[in-house]
Amino acid sequence: METLLEQIESGKLWQFPGGIHPPEQKFVSNQIGIGNLPLPEYLVLPLKQHIGANGQLLVNKGEHVLKGQVLTRPGTNWSLPIHAPTSGTIADIKPMPSAHPSAMPELSIILTPDGEETWCPLTSRESIEGLDSKALIDILHHAGIAGMGGAGFPTYVKADSAKQIEYLVVNGVECEPYITADDMLMREHAKEIISGIEVMMSILSPQYTLVGIEDNKPQAIEAMRTAANHNDKILIRAIPTKYPSGGEKQLIKVLTSKEVPSGGIPADVGVLVQNVGTLYAVSEAVYKGKPLIERVVTVTGNTIHTPQNVWALLGSEVKHLLHSQGFTPVEDQRVIMGGPMMGFTLPTVRIPVIKTTNCILAPDNQELAVAGQEQACIRCSACADACPQTLLPQQLQWFAKGQEYEKLEEYNLFDCIECGACSYVCPSEIPLVQYYRVAKAEIREQKLEKVKAERAKERFEARKARLEREQEDRQNRHKRPARTAPAKDKVKVSEALERVKSKRPEQSAVQAAIERAKAKKADDDTSTLEPDNSAVALERAKRKEQARKYKEEKAQSSDDSAPKDAVAAAIARAKAKKAAKAAQETNVPEQKDSKKAAVAAAIARAKAKKAGQSEVSDAEAAASSDKDPRKAAVASAIARAKAKKIAQGNDQADETAVQDSDAADPRKAAVAAAIARAKAKKAAKAEEEAQPHSDKPAEQTDAEPEDPRKAAVAAAIARAKAKKAAKTAEEAQSHSGEPVEQTDAEPEDPRKAAVAAAIARAKAKKAAKTAEEAQSHSDEPAEQADAEPADPRKAAVAAAIARAKAKKAAKAAEEAQSHSDEPAEQADVEPEDPRKAAVAAAIARAKAKKAAKAAEEAQSHSDEPAEQADVEPEDPRKAAVADAIARAKAKKAAKEAEQQTVLSGNTKEANTLTDSETAQLSPENKRKAAIKAAVERAKAKKQAQEQEGNDLS
Amino acid sequence: MKLTMASSPHNHSLKSVNKLMTCVMLACIPGILVQSYFFGIGVLVQLALALICVSAAEAAILKVRNRPIWPTLSDGSAWLTGVLIAVSIPPLAPWWVVVIGSVFAIIIVKQLYGGLGFNLFNPAMAAYVLLLISFPVQMTAWQPVNDLLATPLSFVDQLSLIFTETTQAGITLDAARQVIDGATSATPLDHIKTAVSQNMTTTEAMDNIAFSRFAGEGWQWVNLAYLLGGLYLLKAKVINWHIPVAMLVSLSVCSALGFVFGGHTGVAFHLLSGATMIGAFFIATDPVSASTTNLGRLIYGALIGLLVYLIRQFGGYPDAIAFSVLLMNMAVPLIDHYTQPRTYGHGARK
Repeated sequence: METLLEQIESGKLWQFPGGIHPPEQKFVSNQIGIGNLPLPEYLVLPLKQHIGANGQLLVNKGEHVLKGQVLTRPGTNWSLPIHAPTSGTIADIKPMPSAHPSAMPELSIILTPDGEETWCPLTSRESIEGLDSKALIDILHHAGIAGMGGAGFPTYVKADSAKQIEYLVVNGVECEPYITADDMLMREHAKEIISGIEVMMSILSPQYTLVGIEDNKPQAIEAMRTAANHNDKILIRAIPTKYPSGGEKQLIKVLTSKEVPSGGIPADVGVLVQNVGTLYAVSEAVYKGKPLIERVVTVTGNTIHTPQNVWALLGSEVKHLLHSQGFTPVEDQRVIMGGPMMGFTLPTVRIPVIKTTNCILAPDNQELAVAGQEQACIRCSACADACPQTLLPQQLQWFAKGQEYEKLEEYNLFDCIECGACSYVCPSEIPLVQYYRVAKAEIREQKLEKVKAERAKERFEARKARLEREQEDRQNRHKRPARTAPAKDKVKVSEALERVKSKRPEQSAVQAAIERAKAKKADDDTSTLEPDNSAVALERAKRKEQARKYKEEKAQSSDDSAPKDAVAAAIARAKAKKAAKAAQETNVPEQKDSKKAAVAAAIARAKAKKAGQSEVSDAEAAASSDKDPRKAAVASAIARAKAKKIAQGNDQADETAVQDSDAADPRKAAVAAAIARAKAKKAAKAEEEAQPHSDKPAEQTDAEPEDPRKAAVAAAIARAKAKKAAKTAEEAQSHSGEPVEQTDAEPEDPRKAAVAAAIARAKAKKAAKTAEEAQSHSDEPAEQADAEPADPRKAAVAAAIARAKAKKAAKAAEEAQSHSDEPAEQADVEPEDPRKAAVAAAIARAKAKKAAKAAEEAQSHSDEPAEQADVEPEDPRKAAVADAIARAKAKKAAKEAEQQTVLSGNTKEANTLTDSETAQLSPENKRKAAIKAAVERAKAKKQAQEQEGNDLS
Repeated sequence: MKLTMASSPHNHSLKSVNKLMTCVMLACIPGILVQSYFFGIGVLVQLALALICVSAAEAAILKVRNRPIWPTLSDGSAWLTGVLIAVSIPPLAPWWVVVIGSVFAIIIVKQLYGGLGFNLFNPAMAAYVLLLISFPVQMTAWQPVNDLLATPLSFVDQLSLIFTETTQAGITLDAARQVIDGATSATPLDHIKTAVSQNMTTTEAMDNIAFSRFAGEGWQWVNLAYLLGGLYLLKAKVINWHIPVAMLVSLSVCSALGFVFGGHTGVAFHLLSGATMIGAFFIATDPVSASTTNLGRLIYGALIGLLVYLIRQFGGYPDAIAFSVLLMNMAVPLIDHYTQPRTYGHGARK
C-alpha cells in the first residue's frame, strides 16, 4: 500500500462526487492574448476590495498621487492597503456602488488619471535570499495582495499560517465556463507564476506544491510544466474538466484526497490554496516591488465584439471594459461579474473592477437562457447527483421553503459552496442556490439575534446586580446615621431596650401584644393597675428599627409611598384631632411632612390622653416617616393602648411613647393594635367613675392597605372587646364618642376585613344590648368601608351577619336610649362579583327586620342603615334576586313587628322603594332593577348621613 | 442602461420536467408496440382513453385548485401516468376501467396530495391496485396473444368489447378470450399460480401452449421491449441505474434461490414475465415516489425485487409490481432519512 505522499508523487488524482459539465465556452475569449486597455477617464477605488477591514485613508481630495502610491494604510483585522493604479489627482472620496451583488455603496477614492503613468519609486530585487518569511509576508501585506480567485482573502494572512503546510495547492483550474483569465495568465506569465509559487514555498516550506489545471487548458499546462521544470517540488497536475473542480475543497480532494473538515480551513489538513493570479501578483510584488494595481479580466459574451482578456487597472469601470472591447447590448441585457455559474449580475455598468474581478460576462439571451418559471420539484435528485459536497439539495430545498432552519443545519446547509451545480441541473428550474442563500442569511440573522439577546440579557443582569449592590450600599450608608441621628430617640430606644432586655428580648410584636393583653386581664382581676410599659417600649424600639430598614427598602419604590403617605396623614390628622379634643394642652405639631405629622400626631394623641388623665402633658414629637400605614396603625394602636392603660391606672406615665414604628408585617401589627384596643377597652370597663368626654377615637385608618384583612380582623376584635367593656360598664355616663373605626379603605381584598368588622359590630351590639342605661351618645359609626373591593362577597356576608346580630342586640336591648348612631356599613363597593354580597346583604336585612320586629320598646334613634350597597355589579342578577328576597323577608318582619318605634328609616325606605319593583322583575329587567335599587340605597345612605350629621350635632 | 438582474447560476442545463417525461414516454413506445402486436389494437385504444382521461382530470382538478392549467399539464407527468395505466390493464378491459383508474390516479393520488412532487404513491400503481381490488374479474381478463385466439378479434370487435363488453357478434370477453384448444387462458403468471395450486409439476405447467419460450408467448417480448426502452432511459440519464439494477438483481437472486429450492419458475421466467421490466425501468423509477439518495435507491429497488418475488410466489395475486412499489413508497421517507450521504468534510479521514 502506497502512502499518500507516494500516491501524490506518482500523480494519482482523486475524484469528488457530483459535478457537472456545462458548456465551457472558453474558446470565446482565449483565442487572442491578454490585451491592454486605454486609460479610463477616471478610476473608482473602493477602500475595501477584499475580506477584512478597510485601510485608513492616507490621501485627501485634490491630492496628486503617483502610480503605485499607497492610498490607504492597513490597520489590523486583515486590512489591506490600496494603491493608485495610475498617476493622477484624487477627484473625490465618497461612497460609490461597489462590486458586490447588492452594489452597496462603499467609500471609494475617485482618481482622475493624468495620463503620465508616473510610477512611484519601487523596490525591485533579484532574489529573495536573505528575506525571511516575515519580511516576505510584510511585502505581500503592503502590496495589498488578496486572493484573486474569488473571495479576496488577504494573502498575507493565509501565508502567515500557524499550521504546518504540507501541500501548497495552486489553483489554475478555472472551472467556470467562459473565464480564461488564469488560462491566459499561465500561458503568458508561467515563469512569474512559478517564481510566485517559489516565494510562497519559501514562506511556507511545504513538501510539495501541486498545481491543478483542468485538462481543457493544454497550452497553460504545457507552459507551466516548462516553467516549473527546474523545481521538482512543483508538480503540475492536469485534472479532469468538471465543474466545480476549481472549488478550493474540491481541488484539495482531487489533488490530495484530503477533505477540509466542515467549518474548517484547508490549513487544518495541512493544505494551502493559492490562485495563479495571486501568485503572479506575489511575484510582481516581491521581485518588482509593484503593488497590486491591475489584473487580468476576461471580457466575454456574445454581445462583446472582441471577447478577450485584458489587463484592467483596478478601479476601471465595467463600462470602460465593455466599451473598449465593443459592446452591443441586447434586450434584457445581463452583465455578469464573474462566471455564469457563480457570478452575479450587475445593476449598472458603472461598477469598478476590483481585486477579485476575474470576468465580465455580457451574454445574449441565447447562449445563457434566461431562467424559466420555477416548477414543482419532482424529487428526481439530479441535484444530489450533481452536488460536489454530497449534500441533498432537494431536501434542503424543501426545508428552506418550509423555513425549517434546524433541519437545514442538520442537513449541512452551511457546507454548501453555492457552486450552482444543483440549480444548473434542476429540471424544474428551481433556483436552489437562491433558496440556500436566503436560508443561510436568515439563519445567520437568527444567530446574530440570539447573540444580541444573550448580550442584552447579560447587560440586564449586570445592571440588576449593580442596582442591588447600590441599594445595599445605600442601606448601609443610611443605617449608620439612623442609629446615631436623633440623640433623644436613641436614648429613649436604648433605655427601653435596657429596661426590657432582660425580660423578653426575643419576643415578636404579636407575642408581646398577647402578653400585654394577658397582663391586662390580670390587671383587671387584680385591679392593681400598674402599667407595664417596658415591653411595649421594647417592641416599639424593635419596630422602629425594622421600620427604618423597611423605609430604606422602599425608598426607591416611590409610587407606593403616595397612598401610604396619605393614609398616614389621615391617621395623623384623626389622632391629632382626637388628641386636641381630649387634651387640655394640645401640642399639635405642624404637618409639614405628612408622615412625620402622622407619627407626631399619634404621639401627641397618646400623650394627650395621658395628659387628660394624669394631667401631665409633655408631648414629644418624634420625627418619623410612615410609609406604610399598616405599621402606623399598629403604632397608633399601641399608643392608644398605652393611653388607655394609663387612663386606667390613673398613673402618671413617666414614659413618653415614641410611636414611629413601621411594622414589616401589618398583620401582626394589626393584631397587636387590636390587642391594644382590647386592653384599652377592658381598662375602660374596669374603670370606675369614667370621666365623661373621654373621646376615645379608637382608630381611624384612612388607609388604603394592600392587605387589610387581618388588620381589620384585629380591629374588629378590638372593637368587640371594647363593646364588652362598655356593656359591663356601669353608669357609663360619659359621651363615649367612639368612632371605632373608619376604614375609608380601598382594599384589594376586603373580605376578611369586612368579616372582622362585622363580628366586631355584632359584639358591639350585644354589648349595647346588655348595657343598662347606656345613655351616652355612643356615636359609633362602626365602619365605613368606602371600599372598591375586588371580591367583596365575603365582606358583605360578614357585614350582613354583623348587622343581623346587631339587630338581635337591639331587640334584646332594653331601654336603649342612647342615640346609637351606628351606620353599620356603607359599602361603597364596586364589586366584580357582588352576588354573594348581595345575598348576604339580603339575609342580613331580613334578620335585621326580624330583630326589629321582636324588639320591644326600641326607643332609641338607632339610625341604622343596614346596608347601602352602592354596587355596580357586573353580574347583578343574583344580587337582585337576593335583594328581593331580603326585602321581602324584611317586609314580612316589618308587618309582624309590634311597636316598631325604631327609626330605621333608611332601610325601610330603601325597602319600600324597591319592593314594588322586585315584584315586577323579569330576568331581563333584573339588572335595571338592581341598579335602581342601588340608586335608592345610595339616596338612603345620603339621608342617613345627613341624619347622622344631625345626631352628631 | 437598464440591466436585468438574476440569481446565479446564470446557465441552465437543457433538462426540463417536460423533457424528462417525454423521454420516458418515448421509451415506452417499443413496449407498447410489442404489446399491441401481441394483444391487439385494444392496447392503443386503452392508451388513447387514458390520455384523454388524465388530461381532463388534471385540467379539472387544476381549475378547482386555482392553478395554471397548461404549464402544469404540459409537464407531461399526467400523460405518463396515463400511459402506465393504459399498458397495465388488460387490453380488452371495459372502457370504464381505464377511466376510473385515470381519474383516481390524477385526482386522488396525485393532486389531492398537492400535485406533482408531493404525491407519496406512484399514481399509476395506486390506480392499478384500486382497479385490481375493485374489479378483479376485469383486471385479470388478459386475453392470450392474438395468434392463440380461437377466433381472431378484429379491430371493430376489440373496440366493441371495450365499449360494450361484447363483440358485434355478441360474443363476450370470456368467450373471446378462449384459446384455440378451448381453454380460457390467463397470463403465464396466472397460469403458474393456478398450476401450483393444482399441484401440477413445473413441466406440466410450462407445457401449456402459452409458454412457447421462456416466459410465455408474447410476454417475454413485451418485457424485452420495455427493457430496451429502459436501457435508453439509462443511456439518456433520465433515470439512475440504482433502482432497476437493484430490483432486477434482487428478483433474480430470489428466483434463483427459489428455483434451486424446488420452485417452478426460474430466473428468466421472473425477469421476462408480467410487468417486471416496465416495473423496473418505468414504474419503480418514478422520481417523485422513489427514494432520493443513491444508497436509498439501491435498498428501495432491492426490496421491491424481493417483494415482487415473495408476492408472486406466495401471495394471492399473480403479479406483484404494483403492490411492491406501493409498499416501498411508504418506506421511502424512512429509507431517505437513514441513507443521508456523508457530506464533504464531515467525518472525513484525516
